[in-house]
Amino acid sequence: MKTLVWVEHDGQAVKDATLSAVTAASKLGEVHLLVAGENVGGVAEAAAKIAGVDKVHVADGAPFAHALAENVAPLVAGLMESHDAFVAPATTTGKNIAPRVAALLDVMQLSDILSVEGPDTFTRPIYAGNAIATVKTSDAKLVVTVRGTAFEKAAAEGGSGTIEAVGGGADAGVSSFVGAEIAQSSRPELTSAKIIVSGGRALGSSDEFHKLIDPLADKLGAGVGASRAAVDAGYAPNDYQVGQTGKIVAPEVYVAVGISGAIQHLAGMKDSKVIVAINKDEDAPIFQVADLGLVGDLFKVVPELTKKL
Amino acid sequence: MKVIVPVKRVLDYNVKPRVKADGSGVDLANVKMSMNPFDEIAVEEAIRLKEKGVATEIVAVSIGVAKAQDTLRTALAMGADRAILVTAETEVEPLAVAKILKAIVDEETPQLVILGKQAIDDDANQTGQMLAALTGWAQGTFASKVEVEGDTAKVTREVDGGLETVSLKLPAIVTTDLRLNEPRYATLPNIMKAKSKPLANKTPADYGVDIAPRLTIVSVAEPAKRQAGAKVADVDELVMKLKAMGVAK
Ligand SMILES: Cc1cc2nc3c(=O)[nH]c(=O)nc-3n(C[C@H](O)[C@H](O)[C@H](O)COP(=O)(O)OP(=O)(O)OC[C@H]3O[C@@H](n4cnc5c(N)ncnc54)[C@H](O)[C@@H]3O)c2cc1C
Ligand SMILES: Nc1ncnc2c1ncn2[C@@H]1O[C@H](COP(=O)(O)O)[C@@H](O)[C@H]1O
Repeated sequence: MKTLVWVEHDGQAVKDATLSAVTAASKLGEVHLLVAGENVGGVAEAAAKIAGVDKVHVADGAPFAHALAENVAPLVAGLMESHDAFVAPATTTGKNIAPRVAALLDVMQLSDILSVEGPDTFTRPIYAGNAIATVKTSDAKLVVTVRGTAFEKAAAEGGSGTIEAVGGGADAGVSSFVGAEIAQSSRPELTSAKIIVSGGRALGSSDEFHKLIDPLADKLGAGVGASRAAVDAGYAPNDYQVGQTGKIVAPEVYVAVGISGAIQHLAGMKDSKVIVAINKDEDAPIFQVADLGLVGDLFKVVPELTKKL
Repeated sequence: MKVIVPVKRVLDYNVKPRVKADGSGVDLANVKMSMNPFDEIAVEEAIRLKEKGVATEIVAVSIGVAKAQDTLRTALAMGADRAILVTAETEVEPLAVAKILKAIVDEETPQLVILGKQAIDDDANQTGQMLAALTGWAQGTFASKVEVEGDTAKVTREVDGGLETVSLKLPAIVTTDLRLNEPRYATLPNIMKAKSKPLANKTPADYGVDIAPRLTIVSVAEPAKRQAGAKVADVDELVMKLKAMGVAK
């Protein structure tokens, strides 16, 4: 089987999510990559070095500059004439593009796969991960998105794929990019951080969130996450949200501060290796999944913890 | 302009899903079902567009069992003008839902279709994008802000790194994210009024759509259970344990 993996990048570097998708694809067959963007020669060269990659297709041009699904999906659908599976990381970019490709190909997508059980069979979470379905497709072509935490990352170096330019590519003329507010942070990215400190509604304000969570995260070299309630209340930006409908993380250590542990939040972090919970309510559901639970008032406990670490 | 809002009847988000003992799926017998939360946000957004004088008519659509009528009545009570129920006794996959919606779009010619970004049962996150592919329209997925100006919609999207804004030529597809708005509750008088709003009954065959599934569920299992660990007495013990794990120096 020949696969085509969507390369997630920021115009400069290949993003880690790509590497998990490559691992998933390699379980299906030959790994081809697609780098789409504008002035992405450098990205293509980096992508060709990923271990196990046969070929990198590069679509370089203005219509692909911001990965608009309207322009990218027809490109992918065209390339799928000579590939059997389109594999995208389950990032917001992958989730935006892959179903549009699937419908163009008239196939049902398999979202957020956790494992490859066979050439047409996969496992995937449903109901916020409260159930795991084993699903078999009868479609001739595959379109899957890959949950990054469920697959090892392929080595970023060691491969020697050939690079091939993809011709053409038009602007569909129905959408355009206006702008982006992408947060710049010196902290590790949530989906690849080894340690994450997340704050919940209990923090009470944006000020307290940053006053308490940031120094603890800095002490631990951790990424910072949040519950939906904290994001909705404006204590933290939307890209901090961990959960069923936010980011899925599985760090070595996840510290939940003032988070109750609703199923939608657990869906995003319960595969963390070690879960630490700080909550003043000893019956909070978060303690049912926590390896280390501390019952206490976070406004007292967190500064003390930060100091003693 | 007309706005179509597809709403799905799903297991209420407050209910803990239970996997059936025979591994065939999740038990939906005698549990509370509700409108998919993202679809409530979609209905609310459509109503706000109507209140601003941008939208003139809101049509709610649901594809599912006869009981999905309740979900449509909720949409009508919130403020939708009329509803279309496409009855199907088996679960309809996103691709087939998108095909039915495409046929309805062809008939109704809306300027905007607002869907949820994800149904919280199948967690597919596909239908809006698929409908966009079938119509050839622009898509503004994971929207946290929608501004309609003339024949374009400016949509702010929640993306992994923060926020992104795109401009879409109308007609277009929008899917909602959590921060788009806070849906209103239907008031009792409006619930009463909704009972007499028009609701059309259709079947997939009326739209010539084959809903035979492409995917077979081989089995459904519970995820590996996590063992709850110990509680620590105080910060000192927590620090000690974290150090023993090599997390802190
Ligand atoms: C469609 C949908 C999607 C959702 N998606 C997500 C998602 O992706 N991610 C997500 O997180 N949620 C999601 N949710 C929301 C989820 O259901 C919960 O509402 C949310 O996770 C609660 O956030 P919280 O734990 O911060 O707040 P709360 O549930 O209010 O919990 C606050 C906790 O802080 C504790 N506390 C209070 N004061 C103190 C103190 N001084 N010291 C210590 N502890 C204290 C309390 O005991 C309580 O346990 C979603 C909901 C819906 C409907
Ligand atoms: N059976 C259905 N009836 C009506 N709308 C649906 C149905 N299935 C999906 N949708 C819409 O598509 C969105 C995304 O669903 P999904 O792709 O299944 O995650 C939902 O939030 C609804 O707006």
